[in-house]
Amino acid sequence: MAIAEEPTGHVMGHAMKRKEDPRFITGQGRYLDDIVLPRMLYMAIVHSPYAHARIKSIDASAALQLPGVHLVLTGADLDQMGLGWMPTMAGDREMTLAVGKVLYQYQEVAVVLAESRALAEDAAQLVEVEYEPLPVIVDPFESMKPDAPVLREDREQKDNHVFHWEVGDRTATEQLLRSCDVVVRQKVRFQRIHPAPLEPCGCIADFNKATGRLTLYMTSQAPHAHRTVFSMVTGIPEQNIHIISPDVGGGFGNKVPIYPGYVAAIVASLKLGRPVKWVETRTENLTETAFARDYHMEAELGATKDGVVQALKVKTIADHGAFDAAADPSKFPAGLFSICTGSYDFPNAFAEVDAFYTNKTPGGIAYRCSFRVTEASYLIERTMDVLADELGMDPAELRLKNFVPPEKFPYHSALGWTYDSGRYAETLKKALERFDYTKRRQEQDERRRKGELVGIGLSTFTEVVGAGPSQTFDIMGIKMFDSAEIRVHPTGSAIVRAGTRHQGQGHETTWAQIVGEELGLDPQNILVEEGDTDTAPYGLGTYASRSTPTAGAAIAMAARRIREKAQKIAAYLLEVSEEDLEWRDQKFQVRGVPSKAVTMQEIAFAAYTNLPEGMEPGLEATYYYDPPNLTFPNGAYLCQVSIDKGTGEVKVEKFLAVDDCGNVINPMIVEGQIHGGLTEGFAIAFMQEIVYDEDGNHLATNFSDYLVPTAWEAPDWETDRTVTPSPHHPIGAKGVGESPNVGSPAAFVNAVIDALSPLGIRHIDMPLTREKIWRALREHGIEE
Amino acid sequence: MFPAPFEYVSAHSLDEALEVLESRAGEAKVLAGGQSLIPMMRFRLAQPQVLVDINPIKLLEDLHEQDDALHIGALARHATLEFSPLIQQRYPLIADVSRVVADPTVRNLGTLVGSLCHADPAGDFGSAALAAGAEVIITSSRQHRSLPVDAFFLDTFSTALEEDEIVTEVRWPKPKPRSAGAYLKIERKVGDFAIVGTAVQMALDEGGRIAEAGIGLCAVGPISLRAKQAERLLVGQSPSAELFQEVARQAARESDPTSDTRGSKEYKQDMVRVLTLRALQRAYQRIQAA
Amino acid sequence: MAVSSTQVSVHVKINGQEITKECEVRTLLAYFLREQLGLTGVHVGCDTTSCGACTVLLDGKTAIKSCTVFAPQVDGHELLTVEGLGEADHLHPIQQAFWDCHALQCGYCTPGMELAVLALLQRNPNPTDEEIRFGLSGNLCRCTGYKNIVKAVHQAAEIMNHPSTSQSVTL
Ligand SMILES: Cc1cc2nc3c(=O)[nH]c(=O)nc-3n(C[C@H](O)[C@H](O)[C@H](O)COP(=O)(O)OP(=O)(O)OC[C@H]3O[C@@H](n4cnc5c(N)ncnc54)[C@H](O)[C@@H]3O)c2cc1C
Ligand code: FES
Ligand code: FES
Repeated sequence: MAIAEEPTGHVMGHAMKRKEDPRFITGQGRYLDDIVLPRMLYMAIVHSPYAHARIKSIDASAALQLPGVHLVLTGADLDQMGLGWMPTMAGDREMTLAVGKVLYQYQEVAVVLAESRALAEDAAQLVEVEYEPLPVIVDPFESMKPDAPVLREDREQKDNHVFHWEVGDRTATEQLLRSCDVVVRQKVRFQRIHPAPLEPCGCIADFNKATGRLTLYMTSQAPHAHRTVFSMVTGIPEQNIHIISPDVGGGFGNKVPIYPGYVAAIVASLKLGRPVKWVETRTENLTETAFARDYHMEAELGATKDGVVQALKVKTIADHGAFDAAADPSKFPAGLFSICTGSYDFPNAFAEVDAFYTNKTPGGIAYRCSFRVTEASYLIERTMDVLADELGMDPAELRLKNFVPPEKFPYHSALGWTYDSGRYAETLKKALERFDYTKRRQEQDERRRKGELVGIGLSTFTEVVGAGPSQTFDIMGIKMFDSAEIRVHPTGSAIVRAGTRHQGQGHETTWAQIVGEELGLDPQNILVEEGDTDTAPYGLGTYASRSTPTAGAAIAMAARRIREKAQKIAAYLLEVSEEDLEWRDQKFQVRGVPSKAVTMQEIAFAAYTNLPEGMEPGLEATYYYDPPNLTFPNGAYLCQVSIDKGTGEVKVEKFLAVDDCGNVINPMIVEGQIHGGLTEGFAIAFMQEIVYDEDGNHLATNFSDYLVPTAWEAPDWETDRTVTPSPHHPIGAKGVGESPNVGSPAAFVNAVIDALSPLGIRHIDMPLTREKIWRALREHGIEE
Repeated sequence: MFPAPFEYVSAHSLDEALEVLESRAGEAKVLAGGQSLIPMMRFRLAQPQVLVDINPIKLLEDLHEQDDALHIGALARHATLEFSPLIQQRYPLIADVSRVVADPTVRNLGTLVGSLCHADPAGDFGSAALAAGAEVIITSSRQHRSLPVDAFFLDTFSTALEEDEIVTEVRWPKPKPRSAGAYLKIERKVGDFAIVGTAVQMALDEGGRIAEAGIGLCAVGPISLRAKQAERLLVGQSPSAELFQEVARQAARESDPTSDTRGSKEYKQDMVRVLTLRALQRAYQRIQAA
Repeated sequence: MAVSSTQVSVHVKINGQEITKECEVRTLLAYFLREQLGLTGVHVGCDTTSCGACTVLLDGKTAIKSCTVFAPQVDGHELLTVEGLGEADHLHPIQQAFWDCHALQCGYCTPGMELAVLALLQRNPNPTDEEIRFGLSGNLCRCTGYKNIVKAVHQAAEIMNHPSTSQSVTL
């Protein structure tokens, strides 16, 4: 019998190497496409070449004649089964396969099932579809016009308006704005982008006619929620759906929604009684699965003449594409966009969002973002710089003047949030010092005098993550709690299961560290398992930086339940009363007598071998954690850039990120998350956009047009942190995975605009391509 | 994404390859590095019925100087050029291109000759070969011939090659005394085709005047372009900042880009100016440094 | 006359083992390795030869993108995939360094990245930061931001250059 080693002390807060890594570094990870089942068929999709067209006919006969082709399914076939449409998380519905017409280019029109991938593609080429093109709308400002063609003929409402949402006091905000000394207005667009994890989406649907069970291997960030939805959509009883989300090669929100490909694969497996594999091509990933952002925002910010902010009014037009497939909590059609007052103490604010349909891919998902928080942070951080420019004030000074002060926490924001904790000035001051801000500003002056274009940008964002408290947060009615189950084995090792599903975040390590810390067990002997709906307790999954705030808390609470029982066993083993014991140095010891102690390992053994009379054997607990509030991580990011006057090329000369995500479970992992998110933020600021031409042609259909930075383009990152624990979280932690992606775009853009500010330039929309900067330079008479 | 079915021939000698190309003319395609052809086949933009794999023909890996030229065999990989001491020391123009064409892994298979045969106006080597005045050596079962690279590019993705012909090598003029070249490219990221690229090759006479000049432009026209009038402005003149600026402006006028996701026509044209100026300066500095 | 065919038998020495397999000629090497030989450490992340997740080593030294090579092209050659680099109880210094330096998150890019590192270090045993970033620019990673990968390459180089003196610390 292998006996677990005694732990050496605290494990929280340590840079423990990741337990999941040995399999990944040796190529032994098991991702979706690595799984092969007997008699498995492959599915290929027939896509629409048009952005808007009526389907006049579909002829699959040539495809079906190819030997090895088993089935072609169209929207009409699915419609007959009641599956032509499926609900979206946002309360809209979307076509599974095109029914009657297509609403965006690359929309799924039919699927082909064949013996091999190549054969399925051969056959897909042979499916003849006749289209009648219809007028195309790619711009929400066109879509909102009263005479615009109605895209969604299936709706009762005969226009293209999806929803109106507003929050705050419009009248008071407008009044206050009128009386402000200074009011700045800025239009800011957050372009359409895509999460594009390196592993695309896919599934293997394996319906067993004999057992009536559907086993679905699926690249899923939220397997339980998906099980419930599949059960509701297909009518298969929930106990008969088993979802396994194997190793996931990155998600970033891409693997939260349910896509037509999954449903089509399930239907095909039901029909054929054989396993069906569908793995997206990169083109399918970029053109069919949900995009993020696409917000056209306008801010009006009022302040006193010495720079104290007074009121913020925001109007946003959202482009949701052909269906509202946003992955937001049900009561939040614009996500948590109302965090747009950021880190600043606004007495009054008002925000509204109007969403419209266009002939583009549906979506509006939270790409590395807690539901529209990235848009909000970018807007406020950009607008604060516009105000600083208007006032001729240093942007750092303006921010320090307006931060919510520490004594105001818990802070009730004008738009309804209760911020848990933060020491914003301290975080910024630390960043300024480490960045050598004053000296760099002096150097900037000198270099400017020599004719160089140099800029320094800041972003001091506040995020809201960890959805969420059950009174307000649900997805399709399911409350957004999360869960954990811990079983301690007789030898003092344990298994932990959670309702979350990591995709690189390191849960197999950090969850073990939490349990190790709470129970005094060696995290090396704690196995973490996620992603199997038959074994894990029900949870809502991993996205929106919610895992640590919810499941992390559930794990700590479950461990504490175990400790309560352990204390009783310890009292019995030490022959003292429970009250005489204290949990100290990760043991139960008799108060004042350190030599009289038992370890959790000894207690675990006793829980199965030597129990007080009448006590239920075993040592395990389950906890469903309903968070009392969200958590509010913050950060101060500083960026320095220089610009090539000839080509418009921007060089990031230095970037520092100081984050505050409360107590840190594993600093190495947190740092890694920051590096990754900053690199994505960099890509968004400078390189990435899903562009459509006026005919609705998607112009970023693969990695040669949707640009992912390599090690060569990615800047070097410096990181640091302050620690302001969340007062309501059991271990004082906040979410962090998304902060760098939320906070950094504004820092990059602010730095570039700062470099251009001597020319009187106040704003350029992302991505800041060389050409946009070149254009700005030439318009202002700057040439090489 | 998988190519449509095809037949595959592994050619172990040139004769073997030529034989198949002749007997299956119009249906067969040569497979060199495959780094352009296979991606096209995966998207089914190319659907050859026969692939003639020339990779086993070791003779074609040749890279050596002989007589008045550098002989670059059809299987000389981009990476071979990138890491060749001979290239690094004597052929700065090739060395520059070999560091920015595609990405380091693609360069391990992709070939200079394949790049020219592909005739993508955004191919970096096309403009460099024009600037240098390279010669293309062509063979088939019927005949051997050679063409100056100027006469080789006919249109986008189209060359003077007949269906049964193979390019066996490219001959790149040996460096003259007091000569150097430079290639500059702006791309959106590593592995991207050029927004614009400019290749310059020049030689000075004993008196320090420009005796010969070549300027090739990448991704600013239906084919790789030579800025002939700009070249003419250089010849016979003494290098100077003003001259280079004038020549750069002329090169921009000779370019004929179209607007696309990489940039507008105006931007690309101005980048021809900026890059030509910088490439001229760099080539001249290299001559001075030598 | 050379023989043309649509079905071929491919003979390769893969991770030290000689193997012969039949396949359709249009089989891309990445899928040949994954599906015919079960070497699922070879990953596929794109269709445009952009990502490098499929990188393997040809003839011991050349990193290639196995999604852009047909299986019959490697007939008679040698290949190294991540499965042949090292195993959990006997890690290659590159694998060890990736682990030590937290140079991976989701792990999807990792096998290809490690082989690109091996090719890089064989060519340049002491690369600078800049040379590492340049040399690995055929491989995309969506998770790590590359900084820790650069760090890992330095550690691996150190250990590979001084195999006896340095030992990595396992926490
Ligand atoms: C991700 C990626 C990025 C790239 N970026 C760039 C870039 O920035 N700049 C750039 O210039 N290129 C780029 N390329 C293309 C790369 O340089 C190719 O290697 C090159 O264009 C073609 O060379 P090849 O040997 O691979 O040719 P192949 O793909 O084998 O062949 C290309 C064409 O030429 C024909 N052909 C090849 N050799 C011969 C011959 N000897 N005789 C007759 N016909 C022949 C083939 O039949 C085919 O039609 C990129 C490629 C990839 C995959
Ligand atoms: S799979 Fe992306 S380069 Fe091979
Ligand atoms: S670790 Fe996820 S792509 Fe690199």
